[in-house]
Amino acid sequence: MLEIKNLRAKVGDREILKGISLTVKTGEVHAIMGPNGSGKSTLAQVLAGRDTYEVTGGEATYQGKDLLEMAPEERARQGLFMAFQYPVEIPGVSTMYLLRAGLNAARKQQGLEELDAMDFLSLVKEQAKLVEMDESLMNRSVNEGFSGGEKKRNEIFQMAVLQPKLAILDETDSGLDIDALRIVANGVNRLRGPDRAIIVVTHYQRLLNYIVPDRVHVLYEGRIVKSGGKELALELEDKGYSWIEEKLARA
Amino acid sequence: MTATDHFISEFTRLGRESAAAGPAWLRLAREAAVERFRELGFPTLDDEEWKYTNVAPIARTPFRIGNGFAVRGLTVEELQRVTFGEMDCTHLVFLNGRFAPELSRLRPVPDGVRIMSLAAALVEEPDRLEPHLSRHAQFEDHAFVALNTAFIQDGAFVYLPRRKVLEEPIHLIFVSAPNGSPRVSHPRNLIVAEAGSQAAVVESYVSLGEAAYFTNAVTEVVAGDGAVVDHCKLQRESEQAYHVATLQAHLSRSAHFASHSVSLGGALVRNDVNIVLDAEGVDCVLNGLYLAQGSQHIDNHTFIDHARPHGSSREFYKGVLSGRSHGVFNGKIRVRKDAQKTDAKQTNKNLLLSEEALVDTKPQLEIFADDVRCTHGATIGQLDEDALFYLRSRGLAREDARSLLIHAFASDLISRIPVVPVRTGLECLLMTRLPVGIEHREGI
Repeated sequence: MLEIKNLRAKVGDREILKGISLTVKTGEVHAIMGPNGSGKSTLAQVLAGRDTYEVTGGEATYQGKDLLEMAPEERARQGLFMAFQYPVEIPGVSTMYLLRAGLNAARKQQGLEELDAMDFLSLVKEQAKLVEMDESLMNRSVNEGFSGGEKKRNEIFQMAVLQPKLAILDETDSGLDIDALRIVANGVNRLRGPDRAIIVVTHYQRLLNYIVPDRVHVLYEGRIVKSGGKELALELEDKGYSWIEEKLARA
Repeated sequence: MTATDHFISEFTRLGRESAAAGPAWLRLAREAAVERFRELGFPTLDDEEWKYTNVAPIARTPFRIGNGFAVRGLTVEELQRVTFGEMDCTHLVFLNGRFAPELSRLRPVPDGVRIMSLAAALVEEPDRLEPHLSRHAQFEDHAFVALNTAFIQDGAFVYLPRRKVLEEPIHLIFVSAPNGSPRVSHPRNLIVAEAGSQAAVVESYVSLGEAAYFTNAVTEVVAGDGAVVDHCKLQRESEQAYHVATLQAHLSRSAHFASHSVSLGGALVRNDVNIVLDAEGVDCVLNGLYLAQGSQHIDNHTFIDHARPHGSSREFYKGVLSGRSHGVFNGKIRVRKDAQKTDAKQTNKNLLLSEEALVDTKPQLEIFADDVRCTHGATIGQLDEDALFYLRSRGLAREDARSLLIHAFASDLISRIPVVPVRTGLECLLMTRLPVGIEHREGI
């Protein structure tokens, strides 16, 4: 599904990703953990196509295609979805309009007919119920005046409607209370399946109690310094990131 | 011959043609106005009120007074192409400044309501005009108002007796068509709403053809105690047109007045909106939207004069500027010493879509009372990159995302227009001005 080799990226003169290699196979859930400033969000944004980051080396192949060559909208239409760490407020554009435009752009690309208003509405209503999102929020401007939790839930709702092949969750768990966390986790777990893959970027182990990953990677200063199974997350929780720092210092 | 001389000789020429036309008080007003124009001359960039708007292209063109007959044969169908189709309401059409009855339609109105051309009113109803015409729009300090007053000939007259309510809007359509040499028209409108009456008036300015011409319009609105008047002005002339207009409103106790000004066309556009809150408890709303592209120049000057206590004003102007266009917003609010408990809010937001587009925004607050609430704010910005990326990350093409954000910015103001056909028509028109057309759907 996704193969990253020695990926490097910088913003301005500062190199943030210093050679990342990662392979995510169809059906897998990977967690990327790391302390603040380790480059987790940068990795997520580079994969989604944010151009504030300049890719300076390496490659990323998505479904056999060169991901880095694709415009952000192209990635989205090919089934890549990123849930934003800080979802943007867009006054004057409703979530409904955005989703319909996005969904139909992807369908058009795949040679499918556009969803008509009725089918779209029933799809949206069904998914809204599953993520326990108030329907009135969908008709409002994207994220405008939403609470932090509502914004995160809106990301998961959009993911549920768009049904991506590869979902990247950028710290979707941060700032959520336990109920919201469960809703987010349910949304992700429902998406899990043999033909999809999910990358969960998180600072804390907490979310991984609900979304059990196949692989856990620790990102530190722009490199993946340790990879392991789901028990690695628990070990990190137990020993803290300083454990990694000390290990690296000794090495 | 200087620029001023040209217009004065036009005045003399026309004066001879229509010697002794109109009532005596009007002739005196015209004479005084042309005299004042002679003294003032055209404003220059040294004039504080005109420092961002150079009217030299107007001053150096020998515009001649147009006449309505030049576009004889114009059909209602052709007209509908430049308006929003047929609005199901009373409409008065003016061709090059002169009333065109064959293109106009008067629907039945309540007893005592007058909707007619100013030229007809000068003959039939001069006593109703005298207390108001040229009494509110001051020409002492405004050369273009002086020029318009000197050439008062035609336009619309709307009169609402006490407590009469017009359910339908009145649409005034000013059509300019090229006719050989460059033409000027000086439409003059008067709207008098007596106590407790209510009406919505829409002024549309449109072009047939692409030639350069000059529209110099003045509209006076007088709202009596508790009257409710909505005024919409849609300026959508060709990008060769010169357009200068003043809207002057005089508001009495507890009146409600709203002005919605939308400027889309014109090479050089200057709108003055002057509101006098001359009694207690007046409520006014000033909304404006200007979309400029290419080398268009659009200047909006507003002046809200809070003269009495407990007045409220809400002003919201937005501009979208692309190409090498230039926008100007100058919003003056005066709160006089007597005008305690005034509540005034002014906002101007500008979206610049290109490196060369330019906007000058200038709030001017003059507050002489001590117990008031006045806020103002101005912003100039580009499209939000974070929002663009967010939309693209959901699958929208870059240009579609740009269009959507521009649409969202501008439609915020269009959605405030109370006259439904105008609002709908403008929504569609807005789509044609976006980088790519986005499909018009409810609930964007």
